[in-house]
Amino acid sequence: MAASFDVIPSCETVSTGRASAAAGAGTPLPAALPAGQSVIKRLATMKMKFLLSRIAAALLAMLPVGLTIPAARAEISITLNSATFAPLPIAVVDFSGDPEVAAGITEVITANLRRIGYFAPLDPSTFIEKSVNFDAVPDFASWQSINAQGLVTGRAVRESGGRIRVEFRLWDVFAGQQLAGQQFYTDPVNWRRIGHIISDAVLTRVTGLKGMFDTRVVFVDETGSKENRRKRLAVMDQDGGNLRYLTRGEELVVSPRFSPVSQEVAFMSQRLNERTRVQLLNIETGQREVVGSFPDMTSSPQFAPDGQRVVLSLQQGGNANIYAINLRSRTTTRVTSTNAIDTSPSFSPDGSRVVFESDRGGGPQIYVMGADGSGQQRVSFGEGRYSQPVWSPRGDYIAFTRQRGGQFAIGIMKPDGSGERILTEGFHNESPTWAPNGQFIMFFSDPGGQGGGRLYMVDVTGRVRTQIPTPSYASDPAWSPLLSDLR
Amino acid sequence: MFGIRVSAGLKAAAVITATLALGACASNKTDQAGAGGAGGLYGAGASTPGSAQDFVVNVGDRVFFETDSTDLTSTAVATLNKQAVWLQRYPHYTFLIEGHADERGTREYNYALGARRAQTVYDYLVSRGVTSNRIRVVSYGKERPVAVCNDISCWSQNRRAVTVLDRPAGS
Repeated sequence: MAASFDVIPSCETVSTGRASAAAGAGTPLPAALPAGQSVIKRLATMKMKFLLSRIAAALLAMLPVGLTIPAARAEISITLNSATFAPLPIAVVDFSGDPEVAAGITEVITANLRRIGYFAPLDPSTFIEKSVNFDAVPDFASWQSINAQGLVTGRAVRESGGRIRVEFRLWDVFAGQQLAGQQFYTDPVNWRRIGHIISDAVLTRVTGLKGMFDTRVVFVDETGSKENRRKRLAVMDQDGGNLRYLTRGEELVVSPRFSPVSQEVAFMSQRLNERTRVQLLNIETGQREVVGSFPDMTSSPQFAPDGQRVVLSLQQGGNANIYAINLRSRTTTRVTSTNAIDTSPSFSPDGSRVVFESDRGGGPQIYVMGADGSGQQRVSFGEGRYSQPVWSPRGDYIAFTRQRGGQFAIGIMKPDGSGERILTEGFHNESPTWAPNGQFIMFFSDPGGQGGGRLYMVDVTGRVRTQIPTPSYASDPAWSPLLSDLR
Repeated sequence: MFGIRVSAGLKAAAVITATLALGACASNKTDQAGAGGAGGLYGAGASTPGSAQDFVVNVGDRVFFETDSTDLTSTAVATLNKQAVWLQRYPHYTFLIEGHADERGTREYNYALGARRAQTVYDYLVSRGVTSNRIRVVSYGKERPVAVCNDISCWSQNRRAVTVLDRPAGS
């Protein structure tokens, strides 16, 4: 019965998580959350502005509740690169409390865990314990009998003053042990974000991966015929919730990129009969500005990890070269200088190197260089055309788009070009962007014809491929950092 | 001639570029000023010599490129030679060269590819005596196709550079 459901971030050694079945079952736990032990730390309230406003203002307080039972060996975990990989059966019990938010939070958590394919949330109709007293120890035997390995319980209670208090616990059913527990205070409008934060806590505790759910995606919303497309920048939670439009569609917009440090997006815009320009948009205030002052068209922006610089591609006659702009000093530095098309630059997470595409050798291929342009070296040597390289936030891989034989694939390779792996292939896949934990890649896939693209995500094993809901056709996704990492 | 929808018959056209040069395969959407190259200003009416319509119909406003190529084909050279003559005969026109790529490429690269195509046409027209200060260039990448479908007959129509005359001042 001690089914081991090892899930591990790929490439790492598997710690064979073993659920010691008998061990904890029935062990008396202290009643959850003794008031005296709750140390609530208030996090700095984020500014309430424009778009992200209230949600950003969300996280008022969260606290790791110190309730874990003295460390046990037995812990649920998952091994992603194993041939025997199976998603972790987990029961997410309806949160109790305020009906306006509790059900929604349960749904967000359940959908998040299911979407990434690493968890198999169990059908609530199979639950023997229909409701769980949040302050008591669950009846582990009843959860064991439906083979739930993990159990998530929680409640959302309206406090005086209009705030809600949301609490959750993650239990290891077979070890009979609490693995995580946290408490949050926030405005009720932030309930989705709380759901995402709890999802991240579960993901991190079980897989060891960093979070990816408390994030947003900026993308290009597409409507109208392909010959006369209306394109608007839009931002949404990574699961498609809380969608808002950032531009009105009067201009063409493509290639948005999320700042690594702030609520800013760089993108390329173009009005009819005018050259393209790279712009910055603050998605809290709506303020826009053009990046740099260049005589010719600019495209393909990307932020440096410190958020203080942007690299982009500047058209110079028939050639395109990469330039860096310091956003504070406004100084511009030329980085590459070729009689070729150099574009799609992307920084390594430590900021020391830049990967980009260039057709200097014929067709587009991937090159790596120092951030100052030194030591330019080709790293892709496979058959086909390699474009849109994006360095993983973990630093271990470069994602890319590869064209070969009329098919467009999304793949990854190590920064030296070795270990190439195709994750998904089809008629047209494009624009990879990394989740902040470096485990998932979002991209768009277009079946061709008059329709349009849709957003998908795939994990670095290529095992999980899931569509992200959008209201219309969608392209050019850009995944934000964890919102808690933004200013 | 314009406004014809891309049909099955088109796909059979053996020499696509030649056909296109005659305008027979113009887009299924030609009323976007500028974007497709054949703007609304070319609307109904006789193709008076020296008119924008004359340029589109009798000279040819666009040239086509092979996949991933920015080289001018012999057909393209012939068209551009006629454009150069016409543009020098009617020197009051300023114009925009739009470079386009087909949809079988990635977004950022195709912007640069479209720019390179526009630049190729610019360089050629200037080499044939057209004054450079009359010309502006722009790339639309793969963002403004004139034909949409899933086969090469469509894609080949989208790999183009279009010479779009500005509306004469005062008109």
